[in-house]
Amino acid sequence: MASTDTTTKATGKSDDLAGLEAGLDALDAVQTHRTPIREILVKKVFPPVLAVSLVLIVWQVLVATKVTEETKLPALSAVWDSLSDMWLKGTLLEVIWTSVSRGLLGFLLALAIGTPLGLLVARVKFVRAAIGPILQGLQSLPSVAWVPPAVLWFGLNDAMMFTVILLGAVPSIANGLVSGIDQIPPLYLRAGRTLGATGLRGARHIVMPAALPGYLAGLKQGWAFSWRSLMAAEIIASSPDLGLGLGQLLENGRNNIDLPGVFLAIILILVVGIAIDLLIFSPVERWVLRSRGLLAKS
Amino acid sequence: MATTLAKAAEGSVAERTHAARIEHVSKSFSGPAGSQLVLDDISLDVAPGEFVTILGASGCGKSTLLNLVAGLDKPSAGSIETPGGRPALMFQEHALFPWLTAGKNIELALRLRGVAKAERRPEAERLLELVRLGGSYGKRVHELSGGMRQRVALARALAQDSRLLLMDEPFAALDAITRDVLHGELTRIWAETGLSVLFVTHNVREAVRLAQRVVLLSSRPGRVAKEWTVDIPQPRRIEDADVAELSLEITEHLRGEIRRHGQH
Repeated sequence: MASTDTTTKATGKSDDLAGLEAGLDALDAVQTHRTPIREILVKKVFPPVLAVSLVLIVWQVLVATKVTEETKLPALSAVWDSLSDMWLKGTLLEVIWTSVSRGLLGFLLALAIGTPLGLLVARVKFVRAAIGPILQGLQSLPSVAWVPPAVLWFGLNDAMMFTVILLGAVPSIANGLVSGIDQIPPLYLRAGRTLGATGLRGARHIVMPAALPGYLAGLKQGWAFSWRSLMAAEIIASSPDLGLGLGQLLENGRNNIDLPGVFLAIILILVVGIAIDLLIFSPVERWVLRSRGLLAKS
Repeated sequence: MATTLAKAAEGSVAERTHAARIEHVSKSFSGPAGSQLVLDDISLDVAPGEFVTILGASGCGKSTLLNLVAGLDKPSAGSIETPGGRPALMFQEHALFPWLTAGKNIELALRLRGVAKAERRPEAERLLELVRLGGSYGKRVHELSGGMRQRVALARALAQDSRLLLMDEPFAALDAITRDVLHGELTRIWAETGLSVLFVTHNVREAVRLAQRVVLLSSRPGRVAKEWTVDIPQPRRIEDADVAELSLEITEHLRGEIRRHGQH
């Protein structure tokens, strides 16, 4: 690699080659462009807004025409009053934050446990044979089933909540990583080995980044499981000792026969779950897929 | 492995006589119909700075042989020495990592080789210049054309700083014009770097266009059937009359090898 001398004849020839090559590169270069904001608004934002509006309109019509009773379906305005009431009392953000902070903290714990677990299951044959099927099976167990034992183990406190979240989310994060690793094209692993990436270096430089799309899908599902598990725990195990979260809000609504409050709690749980996904997971996933050229252009 | 390392140490001191030495190598795989012999008693030396192509029809085990030389698999019998350390390997697919840019792909190879952080970027830029992709450091793999990808893959292989470059039909998936250009580039880079190249292909003209020596393997099992020394001066073109003439002769032998399999 030391010498860069070439004979005059070779230089003349390679100059030809350079020109030809530059032409080919220019012709073959893949054109990339960004979608304009207007198009995003029309194609991505408008349809869901329309769908939600339609649901609200149907709801309002049902109430206005008295097809249903007020005790079965509260008026939109009643739910809105509950919302503004909570906002004015200053409890709205507090209640949301209690649940979101629990959910995210639990999710991060699940991430810290599920990731090495998934890596082990995917890469060590014995571990896969031993706990792979159990991990798969755990995913189909409703996390609400873990609430009674968790209450008996820890009592009514945050440790109980986190236990339920972990048992719900760790399997899906670990399984996501396992399927992400299983889908790595063997060529990347071979290329990595020829470059000298084996063992832990291979895991860090080849396996983990190559498995990232599947892993992210697992994380998204892990968040959904975390949130669902937490809500189950909050609804079943409400106690004044625990701060008021969205689940307790729902349960309190039932106890007070406050139907607008119950609907408000359900809507808030739904909106928060979707918002976390839209604000955190979807952008990260899109960025990863786009940077790898895996996002199909519509 | 111990012998390989000893040879490597010895090779760095004394004058090396070969870049790769394949001695009586056989390889069999166990399949549904019992053990199947893929390579049978192959012996082949690649001299330092030599360009050798291995030519054969399907089933001659040429990719298997390359995997053995690369150390990705072990021979069933015989020995393989590569005194220059672990050889670099280029595949038919570019095998670039899509989560890294072109430049970072090369830097990963440098990093795994133990190059200090501060030196990686300038070295990656230099290698990209060498394959005439100076402005493509920050390009993602999917933004590059097929030919550009193979050139980045070549730069990444060169980043391993091995004295031996193994190439497994690296241009087979490219269009004819691009392939032609990359033949020229490979010849130029080979001349500039003094690397030894072991190049596997089923394309006779490609073999003659590139190599100093063409080794024809028979199929099932792979054996060395015949060798040709190509003394047509570089730079050659694939359309040259000399290239065509020798290609014709080699093709006849290749067809003969293939025909043998239809006779029983």
